[in-house]
Amino acid sequence: MLGFLARRVLIAIPTIILISIFVFSLQKLLPGDPVLVMAGEERDPEVIAALREKYRLNDPLPMQYIAWAGNALQGDLGISLRTNQPVLELIGEKLPVTIQLAVMALIIAMLIGIPAGVLSAYKKGTWIDWLANLIALSGLSVPNFWLGIMLILLVSVKLGWLPASGYQPLSEDPLQSIRTMLMPAFVLGTAIAATLMRHTRSAMLSVLQSDYVRTARAKGLRERTVLVKHALRNALVPVVTVTTLLFGELLAGAVLTEQIFTIPGFGKLVVDAVFNRDYAVVQGIVLCTGIAFIFMNILADAAYRVLNPRMRDT
Amino acid sequence: MRIGRTLTAAALLALGTSLAQAQDFKIGLQEDPDVLDPDQSRTFVGRIVYASLCDKLVDITPDLEIIPALATGWEWNADGTELTMTLREDVVFHDGTPFNAEAVAANIDRSKNLETSRRKSEVRSIESWEVVDEFTIKMALAAPDATLIAQFADRSGMMLSPTAFEAAGDDFGLAPVCAGPFRFVERIQQDRIVLEKFAEYYRADEINFDTVTFLPIPDTTVRLANLRAGDLHMLERLAATDVSSVEGDDGLQLERATSLGYQGMTINVGNGERAQNPLGQSNLVRQALSLSIDRAALNQVVFEGAFAPGNQPFSPASPWYNAEFPVPERDVEAAKALLAEAGHADGLTIEIQVANNPVQTQVMQVIQAMAGEAGITIELAAKEFATLLADQSAGDYTASQIGWSGRVDPDGNIHQFMTTGGGINDSKYSNPEMDTLLNEARLSTDPAVRKESYDAAVAIQQEDMPVIYLYHPVWIWALDDSVSGFQAYPDGMIRLHGVSQN
Repeated sequence: MLGFLARRVLIAIPTIILISIFVFSLQKLLPGDPVLVMAGEERDPEVIAALREKYRLNDPLPMQYIAWAGNALQGDLGISLRTNQPVLELIGEKLPVTIQLAVMALIIAMLIGIPAGVLSAYKKGTWIDWLANLIALSGLSVPNFWLGIMLILLVSVKLGWLPASGYQPLSEDPLQSIRTMLMPAFVLGTAIAATLMRHTRSAMLSVLQSDYVRTARAKGLRERTVLVKHALRNALVPVVTVTTLLFGELLAGAVLTEQIFTIPGFGKLVVDAVFNRDYAVVQGIVLCTGIAFIFMNILADAAYRVLNPRMRDT
Repeated sequence: MRIGRTLTAAALLALGTSLAQAQDFKIGLQEDPDVLDPDQSRTFVGRIVYASLCDKLVDITPDLEIIPALATGWEWNADGTELTMTLREDVVFHDGTPFNAEAVAANIDRSKNLETSRRKSEVRSIESWEVVDEFTIKMALAAPDATLIAQFADRSGMMLSPTAFEAAGDDFGLAPVCAGPFRFVERIQQDRIVLEKFAEYYRADEINFDTVTFLPIPDTTVRLANLRAGDLHMLERLAATDVSSVEGDDGLQLERATSLGYQGMTINVGNGERAQNPLGQSNLVRQALSLSIDRAALNQVVFEGAFAPGNQPFSPASPWYNAEFPVPERDVEAAKALLAEAGHADGLTIEIQVANNPVQTQVMQVIQAMAGEAGITIELAAKEFATLLADQSAGDYTASQIGWSGRVDPDGNIHQFMTTGGGINDSKYSNPEMDTLLNEARLSTDPAVRKESYDAAVAIQQEDMPVIYLYHPVWIWALDDSVSGFQAYPDGMIRLHGVSQN
């Protein structure tokens, strides 16, 4: 297992370098000039020249990249052009917020998606199956922003149960923090729950037809034991894969959800950074997201090995 | 034992009362401000925060008169090249640094010489300065500059603690130290900016909140929902389309003021090759385009009548507006006649770039339909704002729908756009007569003399039309009904002096 992990981490390094080069070049291809945005409405030529010099925007592109990468290796991701705040500090501030949102959304998605998938596979063709499918489909098709605004209007404005938006750090007030995150996590979670439900259902369907499930039933095991211990455990392998891939979708979905609920996370940071051509911030975020994504995939590979002993020796 | 208990109870009680009295005022902003350093910042929304954080040398009244603030008075010498300011003697910065003429001198130096200062052009006319005594400063100008006092009513006049900026340098904006009613506590980017009441503020008795929290909430629907849910006490820039809904809500109130800025169409008349087209080359075509637009209808359709139609750099509500040229009625026949006179009787096609947000796109679609009826086919090029700005500045455009946030002094709304070589003259419009008028208007401190120059400049602008003005946004604030004492200013700022909430 350790050797496997070490190999995976080694492979990840060139991937991360490639990602950073790709994002760096892509940003420079974007039309629009960060300095024009930064110089303010007056666009004083003297200010423009000073800013270009300060942020080394006059250097050739490869030099700019090397300078950035050199600093990044020493843990310095530069400063935000917009607010002068160090990028690393910004990421440290925003990352826990988005992780909290993603984890809560994932929990909600799993709580809805997996039982619904199991149930609809088990009761295939009955009204329960249809109902679960219908709910899953609506979860997938209702746009995030619409559901978000509707929830705010209903839950916060009309009923006054939860705060309409904003964020409270988990460390300061855990209960309030979870309360403020509940609606956004629900909005984000429902979209993912649908995908999770469909995958659980199809995996369960194929597992339920396999020989060992028939054997388990023939042994006279309780149906519950057959379902949860024998069938679900095996059906979960593809579900774990999907969940990992959904992590990317969660981060993407967080961009929109965070805008609606004004949660100061990664999503809002990256959107503002792109609009302001805040290169250092975009670059830093993509680097961190890339690393997080690779890390999640390594975790998933490790999880297969825990779930399915047959994969352990590969 | 009993004494101990009593003391504990008393302490708890005191804590309880102080908690009950601690009043936090929550304001919803449309955007997250940029860096909180008045010398480096560039956004309108940042200035809203400064109104509570950083006091200025002078301020304005809702009628745009300039009144004393940190400066108690000012005097020009006879030829307008020397400005002497006297200062308040009871002011300290949030870090305890005393406010005096030395501090003002350090601030002018920073605005002029900090490498990344965005204020350089605003204070360029100041050539040297001299500390006359502890509370008097004298500034010498290369040439008379009537706009300078108005600059001191904005970011250039905000006084920062010299102790703080000497220590922090470029990073001052991470923890700004000024001399306003509230001091900086914390900022979480895109989430909140928290300020607390500064006890030693020289007008502390007018401040009724212990803390003020600014919350950036970009989505207008969500911002309003937050106000309705009681999570905000007030918000700025209510969407014009939400006005009727707020008016019908008993728990909310509205305040408005016509802004100093404008929205219009900037035409490329001399900025590179792309100026070589009928719209760029013929002022008749530009006049025809302007005449084809029903500005009142535009205001009705897009803003439900909440904004102010306009045709000059100054709004019809401004004392600088030239009443000889009222907002024109739409006249399709006259527009067609002008096109024919310019040699385009069969109509023509032009491209106009517009920022890809729903409101500005809708504005241009309405204009597209109106101009179409006069024979001007408009092709819209929707671009994301940073791209639009870069293309406009580089001359890679025919016409651009863009606006200006507005300045207190009329000069700030016209000079840089209309003079030859002006910093933001992206039209590259050049007319020696216009240059003379606008430069002369800077020289006199007599409003009547200046008004004459601006009237003449507007007359030329109406003829040449390098910019076709469309409307002036109206600042709309929505407040909880429990808030009282708020006064609307045309600069769009939120001044908390005298505002209370119960």
